[in-house]
Amino acid sequence: MMIDARGYSCPEPVIMVKKALEQQDDKTCEVLVDNHAALENITRFVTHQGYAVESTEQGDDFLLKITRK
Amino acid sequence: MSLEREKIAIIIAGLIIGLIAGLLVVAGNPANMGFCIACFIRDTVGGLGLHRAGAVQYIRPEIIGLLLGSFILSLIRHEHGSRGGSSPVTRFILGFFVMIGCLMFLGCPFRMILRIAGGDWNALVGLAGFACGIGAGVFFLNRGYSLKRTYTQTKLDGFIMPAVQIIMLLLLILAPAFILFTPAGGGPGAKHAAVWISLGAGLIVGALAQYTRFCMVGGIRDFILFRETKLLLGFIALLVAAFAVNLAVGNFHPGFTGQPIAHADGLWNFLGMLLAGFGCALLGGCPMRQLILTGEGNTDSAVTFLGLAAGAAFAHNFALAASGNGPTMNGKYGVIIGLIVVLIIAVVNTYSQKKAMN
Repeated sequence: MMIDARGYSCPEPVIMVKKALEQQDDKTCEVLVDNHAALENITRFVTHQGYAVESTEQGDDFLLKITRK
Repeated sequence: MSLEREKIAIIIAGLIIGLIAGLLVVAGNPANMGFCIACFIRDTVGGLGLHRAGAVQYIRPEIIGLLLGSFILSLIRHEHGSRGGSSPVTRFILGFFVMIGCLMFLGCPFRMILRIAGGDWNALVGLAGFACGIGAGVFFLNRGYSLKRTYTQTKLDGFIMPAVQIIMLLLLILAPAFILFTPAGGGPGAKHAAVWISLGAGLIVGALAQYTRFCMVGGIRDFILFRETKLLLGFIALLVAAFAVNLAVGNFHPGFTGQPIAHADGLWNFLGMLLAGFGCALLGGCPMRQLILTGEGNTDSAVTFLGLAAGAAFAHNFALAASGNGPTMNGKYGVIIGLIVVLIIAVVNTYSQKKAMN
């Protein structure tokens, strides 16, 4: 599942990820964000919830790959 | 930054900010008002003559410093970017009523913490209202509340508010006749640290807040939403440091009555901060956070800042602001109207777009 959270400001991207992970059976998702605050907030939230997260820069955006540890 | 380092950074930042806030009072700021974003924006619009409450007129360099501190650091960290377009008029209105709520309580969330640190227990009543307001905001956030996304704006747009702050600083220093100053002994506006101390304090706190994303609303909100404690730790560190300074310099006076620039009307302290907390949760951050985001080039926060300023001018022109004597009748109407307006904004922006969100 791919979430485009670009343009959304804190805390909406985290809520979008939270909802997506709750709905998914395989508990993985990818998120695209365009600001550092969203990147940090999502990373902090999913790490707390026991997920692994990998982020890469894509131009001005960041792509986060969230997987179950 | 690793999670541990983020937490350590925000605790250190909170301690430094609390220390600076405590020391600003020693340097001349009003009691329990090292920083108060609401009061200082109110004083600044008074200095510009947008309201005529003679007791609260002074262009506060702390506001200028906060915005520029964030602006400079965000440029250095390549985090400055001109973004906006997420329901700006709604944000203006939310900012307006957040100010009405803050001036009923007599302080923004930042000053609320400083008041608690000074032993003003009325602020604990405010904190209860504030937390309930954030809880109301979280209720709608969880159900899909959104002001929609931002887009990249023209490069210039993100530089206008920092430029305006430099003009404000010039107006303060050059003091042309049309800029108003509360005369000595004339009220809180006359109590201030030296310009360079206030400006320096603002710059440091602005930079720290940009670096750590410090936010008074975010702490309670993230704890309710995600059981996430990072921002809450900053909030607590700030309280502890300000409390320590107050104890050390004899500025800790516990009690409900006779507190500086405060009133003891519990119901309206509660409702004022309920409105501020609710509005700020819908905006995504406390008044200070709005200033920091404005410095980072967020034009929605810039519009919110203008809404806060307009609210402050109206509050004093229409006798909505409370004083040490307590709330005014107009102010009570203002807060009730604010709560209704904010509730409508929350409901409409939650349920009208539910289909689009899912």
